[in-house]
Amino acid sequence: MKNIALEVNGKKVTKEISDHTTLSGLLRDILNLTGTHIGCDTSQCGACVVHVDGKSIKSCTALAADLDGSKVTTIEGLASNGKLHPMQEAFKKMHGLQCGFCTPGMVMSAVDLLKNKKNPSDQEIRDWLEGNICRCTGYHNIVAAVKEAASKM
Amino acid sequence: MASLVGSRVERKEDKRFLTGKGRYTSDINIANQTYAIFIRSPHARAKIKKVDTSKALKSSGVVDILTGEHIAQDKIGGLIAGWAIRSEDGSEMKCPANPPLAKDSVNFVGDPVAVVFAETLDEAKAAAELVKVDYKVLKAVSNLVEAMDSEAIHDGIDKNLCYDWLLGDRQKVKEAFEKADRIIKLDITNNRLIPNAMEPRACVIDYNTASEEITCYTTSQNPHLSRLIMSAFGGVAPENKLRVVAPDVGGGFGSKINLYNEEIVCSWASKKIERPIKWVAERTESFLTDTHGRDHITHAELAVTNDGKFLGFKNETIANLGAYARVFGTVTPTYLFGPCATGVYIMPAAYSNVKAVYTNTAPVDAYRGAGRPEATYTIERIVDKAAMELGMDPIEIRMKNFPTEFPFKQTLVHQIDSGDYVAGLNKAKEMADYDGFAARKKESESKGKLRGIGVTSYFEACGIAPSPVVMMLGCGVGLWESAEVRFNPTGQVTVYTGSHSHGQSHQTTFAQIAADELGVPIENIDVVHGDTDKGTFGMGTYGSRSLTVGGIAIVNACKKIVNKGKRIAAKMLEASPDEVDFKNGEFVVAKSNKKKTIGEVAFASYLPGVRDEVKSPLPEGDEPGLIESSFFDPANFSFPAGSHICEVEIDPETGHVKLDKYTAVDDFGTIVNPLIVEGQVHGGLAQGIGQALYENAQYDDSGQLITASYMDYTMPRADDLPDFNLGFTCTKATTNPLGVKGCGEAGTIAATPTVMNAVINALDGKEISLPATAEKVWKACKEMKKSNAKAA
Repeated sequence: MKNIALEVNGKKVTKEISDHTTLSGLLRDILNLTGTHIGCDTSQCGACVVHVDGKSIKSCTALAADLDGSKVTTIEGLASNGKLHPMQEAFKKMHGLQCGFCTPGMVMSAVDLLKNKKNPSDQEIRDWLEGNICRCTGYHNIVAAVKEAASKM
Repeated sequence: MASLVGSRVERKEDKRFLTGKGRYTSDINIANQTYAIFIRSPHARAKIKKVDTSKALKSSGVVDILTGEHIAQDKIGGLIAGWAIRSEDGSEMKCPANPPLAKDSVNFVGDPVAVVFAETLDEAKAAAELVKVDYKVLKAVSNLVEAMDSEAIHDGIDKNLCYDWLLGDRQKVKEAFEKADRIIKLDITNNRLIPNAMEPRACVIDYNTASEEITCYTTSQNPHLSRLIMSAFGGVAPENKLRVVAPDVGGGFGSKINLYNEEIVCSWASKKIERPIKWVAERTESFLTDTHGRDHITHAELAVTNDGKFLGFKNETIANLGAYARVFGTVTPTYLFGPCATGVYIMPAAYSNVKAVYTNTAPVDAYRGAGRPEATYTIERIVDKAAMELGMDPIEIRMKNFPTEFPFKQTLVHQIDSGDYVAGLNKAKEMADYDGFAARKKESESKGKLRGIGVTSYFEACGIAPSPVVMMLGCGVGLWESAEVRFNPTGQVTVYTGSHSHGQSHQTTFAQIAADELGVPIENIDVVHGDTDKGTFGMGTYGSRSLTVGGIAIVNACKKIVNKGKRIAAKMLEASPDEVDFKNGEFVVAKSNKKKTIGEVAFASYLPGVRDEVKSPLPEGDEPGLIESSFFDPANFSFPAGSHICEVEIDPETGHVKLDKYTAVDDFGTIVNPLIVEGQVHGGLAQGIGQALYENAQYDDSGQLITASYMDYTMPRADDLPDFNLGFTCTKATTNPLGVKGCGEAGTIAATPTVMNAVINALDGKEISLPATAEKVWKACKEMKKSNAKAA
């Protein structure tokens, strides 16, 4: 067991956790932030992507014990003061989601892309999102949504 | 008020999904819950000699461990086939028992044998390791080709044959073939796929010891049907003591139609251990135990004249059922497949013969398209082969055999009410710049690449109906759908549907329909589904049926509301109901300015009186309130159709197939929400392309699934797919008042043959099996090079 202190969506969190607790486990099972999803067991699907210190990572393969002192942002922390983030708005406008299960990871990953590259090309968007599997949309409208968000940000 | 049907309305459901507030089954936790871990067979085929739980029961945190013996003692029934199919010789199909926990034998890797319930997930996993199952391992039947010559897996099921089914007329086909100038022959393997909804299956069970009610939260496409099966066949609890809730469900694609072992076992066990239970599949479990799709071996023959007219068609198929027959397992390769075998063509004679066999693999059932993709793949590949052998253009041969008059009586079963296949193909040809292909091919060749173009024309039969015909064919239930529309006294509307959205956008599409029918702003309409305690019974969502069946039930319930509203408004306005017109949410008396809004009428219907006077707004015979329901059973299927064209560029040095352009032109009749329908097509295309180029479920000889993770099973990713170019034509369905046709499966049905026709076109007609992986294409390119060198 280990005590960790970190900031999750702007709130200080102090917890005693077991050594093998993953970040996704901490978020979902201990903090009840169930917006972060688990879609596989091989770190392939990307449904669990969150930001740690501003960078997108797959939370299913990060040990919470390693993240003492980090700032974590999850899908629940993306909108501010009830106003959706431009990426969330764009996914809605362009119908970039259907069942919604991959969506939190997809959105968090896309937000990080635009931090790295303001106006990515279609190919750059597709390459970046290669680690996020969506079974519903065929990615067409996800790419359109990321471009829409880039034009608004 | 402008009509919402036809508008690109943004989805009502999106905000919760985009802010992490979706509520999927695995998000649900119940106080004092236990965690379930299933012990599954590591063998494809074995006898169970002994299950020893003694050590595991003493493990920390274990609440209980249950086995097949306990299930048998409690007489809990198993999983069932939903359709009874008869063989050509008149005999009934043969189905093995499929207990929720195996007691005597296991028949595929992943078949559950026992279940551990513990205080924590870690404790459940640790205890599961201590359960000792003694197996006598038997030789697995994992190969579909050899299955009929192998030892019987199930007692009494000779040759592992479930049925040997025929649709059509062998004699007529024989005569047609005798008249043919040429017979085109094709052998196909329609590869096995794993649906892979992104949300793994899960269930959370809450047994209420006071009311003796079981609530089962589960990842289902059809909670009402699951409750019916669990109650009527499982005997877990009477329906009135069983509530099944499918909350937000993260995709289904057919894999969440079936009621599964885990739902029955956990529902039964929750009552037994008097504790809530949570079970969530890991992805590997999903790969192993979700129902799989496709898996056919087909020999097809097409009889043609030298000028490309079709005379007859035969389709001989062996379909893999996996280890057990499940809900749509037996109908997918028969009535969902056979009738569509002749595609969109005038075909004077045809038959489909299907042998469905058992193997020691996961059960095979409906996967997006279910039977229709397999049928379309066969006919569209053989039509292309015919064009090639006859030296005809693939578009020309299709045009030559299209029906041009509707209704069109298709050869084997269907009476297609409406369509315009010529217009669809012409539009696709234009949008795809078909005529510019030769120039693009030249350009690719100048870079050392191969370029191919592929065409497919398809139709789909979806929204299976009507119920009496469906049940005559062997279905265990009717396939109608229900709706209830409730006005609240203060004017908002709640619409209940028996169908279920796991991505299809019911909350938006159905609200659009109700808004138009009732003249109520869409913001004031909520759509509720997925809970057997909310709304009437319903059949769920699969086979592109939600709108064409469930949506029409909503229309009909709304019409009943308006009719009652008219009677009430007439009384309130002192007019006769005949004089009252309803438009834009207002009841107006003809040739007057007297009117009442539907909100005022709803209010009056619930508060039927006034102060100081005995006076009711309700006409004699009408009861208070404004709630109406409808059970809609369409007169026929709906028949969407279309033509798709794609181009691929192949690098012969690597075998990599680049999907360069994809054009889809579909006819879905009236489109309620183009934004949503386009999304359905995109997603369907991705799955069809996945089958063509990437996805392939493989078992080894011992029956081990060797593609049981995302490292081994290739899912299409963002960088594998192009932007899609979509177009629509519209001939309205005549069998429903909106003129709508199903749109959910079209992309999947059309994309696989379209892509493969393009790949094979690029390879100068060299046949290649599904999926056209880089390795196979590279080998084909090598052989082409060799034979070209020889010819030179």
